[in-house]
Amino acid sequence: MTANSQKVIEATHLVKIYRRGSEEIPAVNDISLSIQAGEFVSFVGPSGSGKTTLINILGCLDNPTSGKLVLAGRTVVENGAALSEAKLTKIRREIFGYIFQKFYLIPTLTVIENVMLPFTFYEKPGAKKEVERILNLMEIDHRKDHLPGQISGGEMQRVAIARALVNRPQIVLADEPTGNLDTRRSQEIGILLQQLNQQEGLTIILVTHNPALARMAHRTVELKDGKIYSPVYTQDGQA
Amino acid sequence: MIKILKVAYKNLLRKKTRSGLTIIGIGLAAWVLVSLLGFNKGYESSLNRDIDNLGFQMIVTAKGCPYEAATLMLKGGTGLRYMPGSITEQIAKEPEVEAVTSMLMQAVFDPNKGESGGYSAYLGVDPATFPQMKSFLEFKQGAWFTDPDAMEAVLGYEAAELEQREVGDLLLIADKEVAVKVVGILKRTGTQDDGTIFLPLRSVQKIFGAKDELTGVGIKVKKEADMPQFEEKMYKLPDVQVVSLSQVKQTIMTLVSTAKVMVFSIALIAILISVVGVINTILMSVMERFQEIGILKSMGATAWDVFTLIWVETLILCISGGMIGATLALATAKLTEVLVRQLLPYAPSGGLVQIDLSLIALTLGVVILIGLLSGVYPSWKAGRVRPLDAIRSQVE
Repeated sequence: MTANSQKVIEATHLVKIYRRGSEEIPAVNDISLSIQAGEFVSFVGPSGSGKTTLINILGCLDNPTSGKLVLAGRTVVENGAALSEAKLTKIRREIFGYIFQKFYLIPTLTVIENVMLPFTFYEKPGAKKEVERILNLMEIDHRKDHLPGQISGGEMQRVAIARALVNRPQIVLADEPTGNLDTRRSQEIGILLQQLNQQEGLTIILVTHNPALARMAHRTVELKDGKIYSPVYTQDGQA
Repeated sequence: MIKILKVAYKNLLRKKTRSGLTIIGIGLAAWVLVSLLGFNKGYESSLNRDIDNLGFQMIVTAKGCPYEAATLMLKGGTGLRYMPGSITEQIAKEPEVEAVTSMLMQAVFDPNKGESGGYSAYLGVDPATFPQMKSFLEFKQGAWFTDPDAMEAVLGYEAAELEQREVGDLLLIADKEVAVKVVGILKRTGTQDDGTIFLPLRSVQKIFGAKDELTGVGIKVKKEADMPQFEEKMYKLPDVQVVSLSQVKQTIMTLVSTAKVMVFSIALIAILISVVGVINTILMSVMERFQEIGILKSMGATAWDVFTLIWVETLILCISGGMIGATLALATAKLTEVLVRQLLPYAPSGGLVQIDLSLIALTLGVVILIGLLSGVYPSWKAGRVRPLDAIRSQVE
């Protein structure tokens, strides 16, 4: 494990309740956890266990009903009250890179244009060099002028990962990144995430149904009914 | 770095047919708008030029229908009644008058004209005063007749073409068995003079048995004269009708206003349809890219960034449509003119549809404004997409 002792995520008593008519559904039910910088954590659990809701909250894509969330030393949510949308947008831009099950590549933009898409909306010094480096790292630089329709599913996910990395995030949130891929491609993406964690020092938070992929993480957190289901397994399989 | 314009353009390429149809819709609306504005401008300037080229600012005719009087002035045609020749001297005595010229218009049906016959119009003019008043007329061949009793004619450019006559040829006045000698052919003026056959006034009076009778007196008023006051004075003359240039213009503009209202309505409807088309296209595009827009926002795009992107897409559609419409309007200006001429009760000679750069710029401005307005709602809707809403749509 290459994680340093600095906490990048510190969640305390997070609760998220959805209301359907008079019924209250606790998707996340009093979860407290902390994640160190450079850590690779996977969340597993059955459908409806709250793992996606939890990482949405951790990634500032959703607000909890109550609880506290501190990201890289910045308090983002206190007693369920979140920062303004503009501030959250800035945090998303500066701290996170998101990878989803669907790739969401723009079919009329080439690979390199898709990767550069975040810089359509803001500029970052040295962005062009960084794009080239990431394309090289993802081993898709030879495909940079191809359209998404001209490359394989595995390559498309690599493009989506590259797009998540170009703004040099501290934390990568990957929600079922291999859900649309076969076993071999899933394994490749898993190894890639592991490399990013080890070589680039990125904090990786992974949500997956795939036990093999989950085992690649330093820590596997199992969720059930919106709660952390103890025990938490470490990479060597110990509780 | 890839810019918003490029992303917006490439987004529109994703549904080429839909984007293309929307552009065509806007293009048609812009085409109607440019043509209409061009007509508005061209018609008025052609009418003004026709009126200026009359050489006089007022005409006195025998009392009758004002519309016929307007037609008499501009198009040629016989008056309902005649005035005595002495009226010219009476008018010339007024202090506001700079010059007067007497005219007698006669028309004869010529069975040999065209396929099924047609009317030939002869305008008797005073050789001493008419050429001076119409000093801007230039000759292709020959010159004005000088003898007030000469059996001579000056043909307008188109009349000479139609009659296939040159200077020195004889021209037979149908039904009267009188031949007159062509002594001059005018250059093209772009006015009603092109189709007119001019003869000395006294010759027309003699040929048509209208001795000492006139159909009109053209009056050139002094620049410093008070026109409304002079007009009042002319009305006091017995059994005459006064038609001033402003009246003629107003009469004709009233006649064409109905046609203009109709065309303006069509343009308005076309614009409204294209606005709805644009909103529909962009809104559909936003709905289809709901998840993608959410992902853009998760990448750090603000609501304004997304709003701008969608707005730029709307603008690309509108500007492309506007340019296509303007080009179409330019290319089909002549065809539009032919159609408009058939619709209007009176069409002045010369270009009826005048399309210039300022008009195209104005139309593009209108189209851009339409684009900006019609893009507001879809862009606002897209800007409000929450990243979570997009992501939730793929939740297990």
